[in-house]
Order: sequence, then C-alpha cells, then structure tokens
Amino acid sequence: MTAPPTDKETPAPPPSQVLLSDAKGSTRRGDKIFSGLSKGSGITLLLIMAAIAAFLAYRASIALADNEGNFLTTFEWDANSIPPKFGIAVLAFGTVVSSVVAMVIAVPIAVGIALFITHYAPRRLAAPIAYVIDLLAAVPSIVYGLWGALFLVPHLVGTYEWLDRYLGWTVVLSFDGTAPRSLMTAGILLAVMILPIITNVSREVFAQTPRLQEEAALALGATRWEVIRMTVLPFGRSGVISASMLGLGRALGETMAVATVLSPSALLSAEILQAGGGTFAQNIAASFGESGQFGRDALIASGLVLFVITLVVNGAARLIIARRKEYSGANA
Amino acid sequence: MAKRIDISGLTAYYGDFKAIEDISMAVEPRSVTAFIGPSGCGKSTFLRTINRMHEVIPGARVEGKVMLDDENLYGTGVDPVSVRRVVGMVFQRPNPFPTMSVYENVAAGLKLNGRYKKSELDDVVEKSLRGANLWNEVKDRLNRPGSGLSGGQQQRLCIARAIAVEPQVLLMDEPCSALDPISTLAIEDLIGDLKTRFTIVIVTHNMQQAARVSDRTAFFNLSAVGEPGRLIELDDTDKIFSNPSVQATEDYVSGRFG
Repeated sequence: MTAPPTDKETPAPPPSQVLLSDAKGSTRRGDKIFSGLSKGSGITLLLIMAAIAAFLAYRASIALADNEGNFLTTFEWDANSIPPKFGIAVLAFGTVVSSVVAMVIAVPIAVGIALFITHYAPRRLAAPIAYVIDLLAAVPSIVYGLWGALFLVPHLVGTYEWLDRYLGWTVVLSFDGTAPRSLMTAGILLAVMILPIITNVSREVFAQTPRLQEEAALALGATRWEVIRMTVLPFGRSGVISASMLGLGRALGETMAVATVLSPSALLSAEILQAGGGTFAQNIAASFGESGQFGRDALIASGLVLFVITLVVNGAARLIIARRKEYSGANA
Repeated sequence: MAKRIDISGLTAYYGDFKAIEDISMAVEPRSVTAFIGPSGCGKSTFLRTINRMHEVIPGARVEGKVMLDDENLYGTGVDPVSVRRVVGMVFQRPNPFPTMSVYENVAAGLKLNGRYKKSELDDVVEKSLRGANLWNEVKDRLNRPGSGLSGGQQQRLCIARAIAVEPQVLLMDEPCSALDPISTLAIEDLIGDLKTRFTIVIVTHNMQQAARVSDRTAFFNLSAVGEPGRLIELDDTDKIFSNPSVQATEDYVSGRFG
C-alpha cells in the first residue's frame, strides 16, 4: 500500500544565513585540493605511460635499424650474432596459436562452471566450488609450469596419439610420439591458468541477471536451459567477452609457464602437437639473460609487437560489446 | 480455450513460513477475478501457485489441488514447465526481454514450443500485438529493442507475449502498479477485451480498478503479521463493493483499515 503518513512532519531547518554567506561555490579549499590531486594523478599516469612508450620505441628502433633480417617475416631470432638477424614470425604465430587454443578450451568450460555455480548447483555445493576456482587463480605461474612440464607433457602423449590416429590427416593434429613440449600443450596449460579469471567474472555477471527477466522466461514455459539461453546468456554476453579478454591478456603475456613447457625452435610449423615454436613472452624470458645490450633492444622490439597485439584484441572486444549496446541488459 | 480453475485446500510455504493457508475457490472461464487485500496477505503468492511459479523460489512449496478443468496442476508427473505454457503471467513491472526486439519478444514463447514458419510467426505476432492494442504503435519498429518502448507500451508488449502462446488462463500480478493513469486505462480496456477469450485473474491494490475490471472479487486478509493469509470472501464484484457479507471485507473496501 501507500506509505503510511508520518505522525509528525519534522520541519525543515531554516536556511542558515551564515552557511550561505560562507559558500564560495566551487572555490572551497577541499574541492580545490581534491580536484588538484585527481587531476595530478591522471596526468602522472599519462606521463609515465608516455615515458615507457617512448623509451621502448627508442630502444626498439636502435635494434630494428641494424637488423639484417626482415623483422616481420624472419623465422630465426639471432639478435646476438653478427650480423644480427631476427624476426617475429615464429613468435607471433606461437603466441596467437597457444592463446587461441587456451581460449577455445577455457571459455566454454568457464562459462559452464559459472552457469553451474549460479543456476544449477545446490547452494552448499556452489560456494566450495567457487572457492576452489579462486584457489586456482592464486597458484604461481612457475608452479603451473612445473606441473605442465612434469605431468602434462608425459601424460598428453596418449591423447595426442589418439588425435593423430583419427585426425592426423589434417596435418594440424599429426603427432609422431616424441615428448609434446608443443604449442598445443602450452595452450592447454594456459587454459587451466586462465580458467579461474574467466569463471569468476562470468559468475558475477550471470548472478546479476535480473530476477524479473528470468521469471518472465519461466512464466512463458521455459525450461531451465531455455531461461539461461533467453535471459542469462544475453544479459551476461558483454561480461563474458570482457572476462575472456582478461583471460586472453594473461594467456598472451604468460611467460614462465610457457617457457617451462615449450621446447623452442625457429620452425614455423602447422603441426601444433609437435614440439617446437615459441611465444613473445617465452622468448624474452629465455633469451634475456644471455643477451647483450643489442639483443635486449631486439627483445624490447618484440615486446612492443605483443603490446600492439593486445591493444588490437582489446579494441576488437570493445567493438563487439558496443555493437549491440542498445540491446544490452543495461537499459532494462 | 478458456478453462475453469478449481482450487481446493491450497496452502503455500516459504521454507517453514506458512504464507497462505487452506484456500479454496473456483474461477469461471472467460471472466475476470480480482484479488484484493492488504500488503502481505498472500494474494501474489496465491496467484503464483496457479502457474506453479511459487516453487521456483528456493525452499518454497505448495500443498493442495489446483484443477484446470479436469487436470490437477499439482498431480504427480505434471511438469511445471508445461503448466506455465497453458497458464500465462504478466508481472508487476514490465519485463520485456531487453536483448530482444519487439517482434522477438512476442515470438519468444512460440519459439519455445516448437518450430514455426516465418509467415506463421508473422501472423501470430501481428495478431497478438493487435490483441494487446499495441500493433498501431509498434508496427513500424518491430525490429527495435522492446526495452525502448514506454512503460505502458512495454506492459502491453508483455501481455502480447503472454497471449501469443494462446494460454488457457492469464494471471496478472498488479499489472498497472508501475504505470501512469493513461497507460493504466489502456490496460484496463484491454483486460475487458481479453476476457472474451481467456480466464483472467488479476491481483490489484487499487480497489477502483478491481471494481472497474472484474466480475468477481476475492478479498484476502491475515489475522496478524507472521500469520498465514486466508481467503475471507469471494463474491460478485458488485456485491463485494456494495454489500459484502463479511464485516472485514466491508471495513477494507470502505477504507476503514489497510
């Protein structure tokens, strides 16, 4: 019903003349200090970013000027030999392939876990599962790397041989039985590593689906899965994309774990089950220690490319989200 | 296609809390029955037991029988999903699916029920929107998001969505409480049209509305906070508002309490 009338209305305090005459609009001291501080923080951040970018670009340009190979198409990374000859073809390929493998595996599983936690699991089971997923995120990447190298690599041989038997003719999935310290293995390991972040963010978003929307679907005679398809997934769509981008960011830049399971080579091969390949971050970690000044500058150049790839991926994700903005749950 | 509802001995719980107790009533086909009563008396809860929406809340359960003609909705082996396909519902606040267009919103229920040809869908969408008195306002923007309509239009869109699947019964849970008087009038007119085709049950806090739209009125009350709500009286609307047989009903409709 309508709100019950209050017994006695509290009279509004009379406007204070003292307060009014003291007011100086936006020129109050607290306002000034705070606006100065926040403006200063913003400018500082931009300056630091600009300084880093300028430094990296400068160092990279030194290396690129003396490169005997083509930076984009050369397979080898011989930045310390004379004359230096290095290119990112293998690294870019390896980075993209291992990240794509990771996303293809992790995103559906993460969305599935998130839906299970929010819409299927009984409440006393949902909380422990969410907690275990959180724990996965806290494991240091070197531990994942060791687990990958000591457990995943030997145990994947059987699976890969099975894949080779039935899908070997595709070349991509052919396998000769040697230790699979390969891009595929790195991708699987990365999938495990990015699973928690994608699951957590997706879970948060799914849990915020308006109850009224879900009831609308239920009242039309939707089954639980249809409710999810009609309301939860469309509502969570942009959130899942953001979550995947967070995961992808980690996969693209992951260093120690990939460096531990991958046996690098300067071969660009479509056989992603076979040992070999490399990624930007793995190559930097593996080569930095033994590089001279020039070699390090060359590595910085490769790091810049990784940075650009990450920017492009993020931009693309934003475009996807913005395209259907008016249909998003935000204006529900 | 409108069916008679016969409810007997219905009690509903939220966990251990008994929200409504031992309610029995009959609702005639092609009529409008209004539920009135003070807040918390369980009229919305009762409404939601008729399409088995009550039990989607964790811990909620129902005892008793709801007969739709000859079929007990709470019988063993009855799937709540199929119950909701024959008993449609319109909610307190308009809730079109925000990710769907006007057209997709109306077609949503049909798509759940099976495959239809585009031309069949077109026909049903137009018929339902006309049935909800919305066609003329949206026919040029069927592919725009449903959430871009005004509140009153959104509520009529939700009614179109509910009637598109040709339910036997249409439940309305305070369908006008979030709307302005003009939109409310539009919905009330619509209810008058719809009752020629459907059995309608409407919960309302607005007694004038109950008097305007309904043929029969049920008054619910609870003896104290924390006690379950009960059906006090069900009679022809004229009688409830002019000469009710229970004193509590008269006190309520004449504004002496609540």
